[in-house]
Amino acid sequence: MLHFKVSDREQISAIGTFLTLVLALTAGMVVIGLIFLLCGVNPFFAFKKIFSGSFGSVFGFKETITKAIPLILIGGGLALAFKAKFWNIGAESQLLMGAIFGTWVGLHWGPVLPSPVIVPLMFVAGFIGGALWGLIPAILKIRFAINEVISTLMLNYICAEFLILLIVGPWKSKKKFGFPYTDDLPDSAILSLLPGSRIHTATLILAVVAVVVLAIVIYKTRFGYEVRVIGENPDAAKYAGIDFTRTTLLIMAISGGMAGLAGIGEVAGIHHYLSYPDSISSGYGFTAIIVAWLAKLNPLYVIFSGIFFSGILVGGDAIQISLGLPAATVDVFNGTLLFFLIMGDFFTKNKIRVLSGERA
Amino acid sequence: MEELILSVVQRTLVAGTPLLLGTIGEIISERSGILNLGVEGVMAVGAVTAFIVTHHTGNPWLGLCAAIVAGMLISIVHAFASVSLQSNQVVSGLALTMLGLGVAGLLGKPYVGKPLAIKINAMPIPFLSDIPVVGPVLFNQSPFFYMAVLLAIGAWFVLEHTLLGIRIRSTGENPKATETQGVNVSLVRYLSVIAGGGFSAMAGAHLSISYSKSWIEGMTAGRGWIVIALTIFALWNPLRAMVGAFLFGGIFVLQYMLQPLGISPNFLAMPSPQRPGHAGGTLPPRRALRARL
Repeated sequence: MLHFKVSDREQISAIGTFLTLVLALTAGMVVIGLIFLLCGVNPFFAFKKIFSGSFGSVFGFKETITKAIPLILIGGGLALAFKAKFWNIGAESQLLMGAIFGTWVGLHWGPVLPSPVIVPLMFVAGFIGGALWGLIPAILKIRFAINEVISTLMLNYICAEFLILLIVGPWKSKKKFGFPYTDDLPDSAILSLLPGSRIHTATLILAVVAVVVLAIVIYKTRFGYEVRVIGENPDAAKYAGIDFTRTTLLIMAISGGMAGLAGIGEVAGIHHYLSYPDSISSGYGFTAIIVAWLAKLNPLYVIFSGIFFSGILVGGDAIQISLGLPAATVDVFNGTLLFFLIMGDFFTKNKIRVLSGERA
Repeated sequence: MEELILSVVQRTLVAGTPLLLGTIGEIISERSGILNLGVEGVMAVGAVTAFIVTHHTGNPWLGLCAAIVAGMLISIVHAFASVSLQSNQVVSGLALTMLGLGVAGLLGKPYVGKPLAIKINAMPIPFLSDIPVVGPVLFNQSPFFYMAVLLAIGAWFVLEHTLLGIRIRSTGENPKATETQGVNVSLVRYLSVIAGGGFSAMAGAHLSISYSKSWIEGMTAGRGWIVIALTIFALWNPLRAMVGAFLFGGIFVLQYMLQPLGISPNFLAMPSPQRPGHAGGTLPPRRALRARL
């Protein structure tokens, strides 16, 4: 009789990891193709449309980069939190809180301050907004041992409803014909775009710099080492005298803050005013979870995985138009790929041998 | 006034029914030690399957059965990832939600905006529904309501008073010790997750073939996430889940009742599960869950 013997791999080789990743992605694509087929869509045609829509044309590629900006920022922050096994599922609302804080600063001081002053101020406010919102679940976890999965998840709803409350209530513009939007940000507070695209260069540079710095912090500093120890073995961290409270607070401030930066970047670069939560963020906070996972929780790789998933988002829009598929198609992509990625992890971490004969 | 109160209570019970069904399923799954964050996705799959099958066969009961089967099937993916492969349950559950919402959206696309000719209607129970006040509120409900309440009591009985229940609970509390007692831990977990998926799908079916008789993308509207908070609120006890589910059902109804009075529905909308969910969370968390996360 055949059976499997599973044992821990003593060494995880880089090539093995990479091959598993490629294999997992390929297997995921095959399954997605099968799902398309079952739903009556020609999979080859759909794949072609998705990738030609996002990477095959100049316009599409510009859009891909535009949407990769928030994914890279958030994905980097999430990679840090996930390294410490802090399951921050609330990046979506940390993004919104950053947008709210940053927009407030832009609307209040934008008309009086010049652009080089107001733009950094808005980013700082966005970071603070996201960080504060990210600190709530951290404090709840440290003080009351409340599961952060539930608290970050529920904070998403609170923040979304709070934003709606603001835009239909006190912050509602009088110049928008009754639509529930805030006033436009003044010109000095609006980010300049790369000509002929919607790429807001300031945020793009910020995103790339942020993940590079974060990678250095995680792999080269004492704080990064503490983060990794807490994630790998919390008991050992305790005995080694690592301050769990301080480290967790810092992790969530950074993770939330980076989502906040993405939020204000979206508003100041693209929308120019606050509107409904789902138009400010098209699920970036959730997609970034997969981005971080595909990057193996390394902020540097987040740049590539961010562009990849942004391509799927943009390609998803393209097939909605050309094939008349629902918006949920992108979810099929994301969900299936995420499943295959975590399944791939099993094969990188474990050695599996097929043995014949009786079970020992 | 009396009529108004009766109608509010009646609608509260209707709105609480899918929450209760989903919560029972999540309790069973978490009791066996597997956190399933895929409820929202499985609900959507249940809703769309129930709708499509009912649309083609004209038999809503067949639709319900198909939904339960579909929910169980898609939950196997999560069971496989988190039990057999020991993957991260949080990530796997999120993947299940995305997959479920996506598949439901794809499958249901041709059916958007087509109302059903038939749905599962309220079924008054003879004699009992004639009791004044209580009768029309409690005993003139959709069969889903009766099933949800009976299943909650049944799930409580099975979990607390049968051998199977002890096996599920001990699998969650201390899998190693349970394994040494000769219980197949993996099997128990697989079955619990699959059963949980069946309950979630049933909750979804309630939305598309009883609560309303149509399918639209996103019709689960975050109920799956409320279920996860309610599971904690109920302290993993199906009987207490009834209190929680109908309490939140009530809030659901109230946000529309209070809107004309100038109270924004945003106050009551989604944040509500937060506070009680947290209060519940401050109690010592289940060891199994804590160990897993």
